[in-house]
Amino acid sequence: MSTVVLLGVTGLGLGALYFLMASGLSLTYGLLRVLNFAHGVFLTAGAYTAWLIVSRVGGNGPARFAAALLGALVVGAAIAAAVEVALIRPLYRRHIEQVLATVGVALALGALAQGIFGADPRPFPVPPWMQGVTPVLGAAVPNSRLVTIAAGAAVLGALGAFLRWTRWGLIVRAGVENREMVQALGIDVQRAFTLVFALGGVAAALGGVLSDGYFGTVDPARGTAMLIYAFVVVVIGGLGSIAGSAIAAVLVGLIQQFANYYGSVWWSFPSSGDLAVVLLLVAVLLVRPRGLAGGA
Amino acid sequence: MTPLLEVHDLHVVLAGSHILRGVDVAVPEGGVTALLGRNGAGKTTTLRAILGLVPRAGRVRLAGRDVSRTSTHALVQQGIGYVPEGRDVFAGLTVAENLRLAERTADPRYDQVYEIFPELRARAAQRAGTLSGGQQQMVAIARALLNPNRILLVDEPTKGLAPRVVARVIEILAAVSREVTVLLVEQNLAAAKGLARHAIVLDQGTTVYAGGFAEFVGARERVHRHLGVALAPAGP
Repeated sequence: MSTVVLLGVTGLGLGALYFLMASGLSLTYGLLRVLNFAHGVFLTAGAYTAWLIVSRVGGNGPARFAAALLGALVVGAAIAAAVEVALIRPLYRRHIEQVLATVGVALALGALAQGIFGADPRPFPVPPWMQGVTPVLGAAVPNSRLVTIAAGAAVLGALGAFLRWTRWGLIVRAGVENREMVQALGIDVQRAFTLVFALGGVAAALGGVLSDGYFGTVDPARGTAMLIYAFVVVVIGGLGSIAGSAIAAVLVGLIQQFANYYGSVWWSFPSSGDLAVVLLLVAVLLVRPRGLAGGA
Repeated sequence: MTPLLEVHDLHVVLAGSHILRGVDVAVPEGGVTALLGRNGAGKTTTLRAILGLVPRAGRVRLAGRDVSRTSTHALVQQGIGYVPEGRDVFAGLTVAENLRLAERTADPRYDQVYEIFPELRARAAQRAGTLSGGQQQMVAIARALLNPNRILLVDEPTKGLAPRVVARVIEILAAVSREVTVLLVEQNLAAAKGLARHAIVLDQGTTVYAGGFAEFVGARERVHRHLGVALAPAGP
């Protein structure tokens, strides 16, 4: 029982990380029709900003982690907004070029991170309160998983409230349906584009910081690795749907964890999680080609 | 007198097709100017090009001021309201949200809008995608009427509507045109006949007539040549 609980919580934590990446990707695609391959860079930027801050600030209390978190979110938002303004906007309506440009940014900034910080993962000084465990139904669940799940749920709630209750959220929802008509109502839709990119950058950077705590390391390759799963989540959930991304992220995280564990135990096949995720993707695409939230 | 909206030598090329080939439009201030033409003559593209919704070449002037390089949202903020063909309501948003999105001033004219369309108040919480075609048209017109406009570009407002609803839409446009200039694309010549004072006629992407509406429809051979329709003989 405790194994199932632990796998479940770990899968939910992983799902929360995927959701933090996928939410921004999904909104970006829904509004701008841009598949942003540079989105993993925002996670990497957040992860390394947090690592730099905790490595240089004294003490080991919550204030240091809070400073690292804040710094990471600001950097994530700034880089994401800069990518939108400098790269996406000049290539508006040129989707192939946009994809190529974002792939280029992902490769260039990934290489830059490796050049500066090295190709190998480095240990991240996880705060003691995050290293501890909390008993849940007989399982000793690492606090980092619980924090990640709580953060994912908080971001889901905050994004939902933003989309439902604010004027900018209304503009984004309308823009996902018909951005041309949004402009024709006198709204500067490009500001919404930048805002959505910045929000996606914030969520991904938060994912970066939490992944530092989750894995205990900071890794230049993590952004790219997480991006692949985030794309899978977005496709399964339905492009442009935050709720769909949340459901898909939980599904992917849980299936991956359980398949990895039982694949190792029963068949000595530790990568069965990846296979299970791909099979899930194929099954969803066959039954609901537009994703869980996109209708059959 | 300077036209309120003036378009000169408007060209639009879409997917390799030269859709507009030097359209000239001059809309005088006040009343309704009908933009007429056969299917595919370029009427909708002209409205979309005026608003900058499609890439265009040519000059656009609003009240004598060159707005050729002004972005779509800025043009709308300067007082060009738009009621698109096919309504383009946001189907996933409620009626109230569709209207809220259209607010451009601190004091949107909800009283006036609900006086004209009382059913929109009753259906405020209903998703716009579940409305009938006529009700969606009301939302589309209401969005434009919430704000003070200098000119309304109205594209085929009666298309696909039941005759009873068509009559209501025409009535509303007639009332609206007493306060704001309207450039109306209308395939239904009978509908335009009761509204328009001026006519601009497009044929194959160029302007072939600009002048009085009555003068245009008075020349039956010309109507047939440019619109492909035969007008019923005038009554006794």
